[in-house]
Amino acid sequence: MSIETVIEIVLAAVVLTLGVWTIVVPETFSATVGFVAYGLLVALIWVRLDAADVALTEAAIGGGLGGVLLLGAAARLRDADMMADARPGKLLRAGAAALSVLTAAVLAGVVLLLPDPAPTLAPAAVANAWATGLSNPVTNVLMAFRAMDTMLEKVVLLLAIIGVWSLAPDSAWGGRPGPRHQADPRGVLAFLARLLPPVGIVIGIYILWTGSDHPGGAFQGGAILASMWLLAIMAGLADTPLVSHRSVRFILVAGPGLFLLVGLAGLLFGAAFLSYPPALAKPLILGIEIAMTLTIAATLGLLLAGAPERSTEP
Amino acid sequence: MSGVTVFGLCAAAAVGLGLYGLITNPQPLRKIIAFNLLGSGVFLLFGVVGRRGAAAGMGNDPVPQALVITGVVVAFSATALAIALLLRLFQTSASVARSGRASPGDDPDQVGG
Repeated sequence: MSIETVIEIVLAAVVLTLGVWTIVVPETFSATVGFVAYGLLVALIWVRLDAADVALTEAAIGGGLGGVLLLGAAARLRDADMMADARPGKLLRAGAAALSVLTAAVLAGVVLLLPDPAPTLAPAAVANAWATGLSNPVTNVLMAFRAMDTMLEKVVLLLAIIGVWSLAPDSAWGGRPGPRHQADPRGVLAFLARLLPPVGIVIGIYILWTGSDHPGGAFQGGAILASMWLLAIMAGLADTPLVSHRSVRFILVAGPGLFLLVGLAGLLFGAAFLSYPPALAKPLILGIEIAMTLTIAATLGLLLAGAPERSTEP
Repeated sequence: MSGVTVFGLCAAAAVGLGLYGLITNPQPLRKIIAFNLLGSGVFLLFGVVGRRGAAAGMGNDPVPQALVITGVVVAFSATALAIALLLRLFQTSASVARSGRASPGDDPDQVGG
């Protein structure tokens, strides 16, 4: 057994232990912390699976922003035990355990019996890379070969934010999401919130730009930009915007809107919906990606900020 | 046993664990976390299948990778919506409980509303 296999087995064992901890530990806050650690280690598994693009996304969104979201909710729901129903009976728990073991066993069997050689679309993705001028095949699949999925996913993000905003109480309709954060202006948080964003913004833009040829792209860059914005909000250096503000809404629809316009132009002047002419493919894709990065950063940040809680008056 | 198979079995176990937590855990936030664990297991299965489809000089099939990136973002937005619903429910039930405590003698039926 090689050293890599040993490391992989240890990594899988630690990840599974964290998963078990997340489910069985009695305190909700401990479970949340366990899940954040789980998310970061799963990003390492993605690196071992040679999927650096997914690893970046998983670390930034699954571990980072998702962790902030869950920790924030756990802190606000500390005394929420009155919402919980009674713990289910022994019979239900045994039934659930049997169902879960059966599901896991079937999946494990499928993993062990996967066909050999495995079917793959990698050669097709590489062979058609000339049509876009980008050499990162994952970006090619996201932005060109399966562009419809990516565009509809932007619409899902938009629907999620409409859903969150519609939960605002009447008094805060169109107001600012979340509480106004206060931090010691000479404290560590405020210091980091001044120090990190310039670096983070450059890294976010770099990851967007390099995504055309190397691992990276609009999702990962947007997530980093969103986290820098949230850092400034949490340190009290910036406030969340009014959700009724026109420029906020424009940024939120800019990404899917531009995507849809380019798609319709492809329908009118080209071969099909979302077909790019090869000569213009790269500038078009980069333009969509820049608009999408802004939209993703704003959407992720506002999803984390939650429903409006303060009225339009400051 | 190769590393890919180990991760595949790990993913299968994560799906089972998440399903168990989703059914048996009474707290809504714990259910959301368990559902995310289940989803993460499904994504990892995609990664394992993609890793086996490594070809043409690539370590992992790009199509499942792109699907997982889309899936991670959609899972995050669904989680954010679920948590916003949960916080609003908590706010509403807390204010109902408060108004119930404020006037205990007036109308006992009001407390249940």
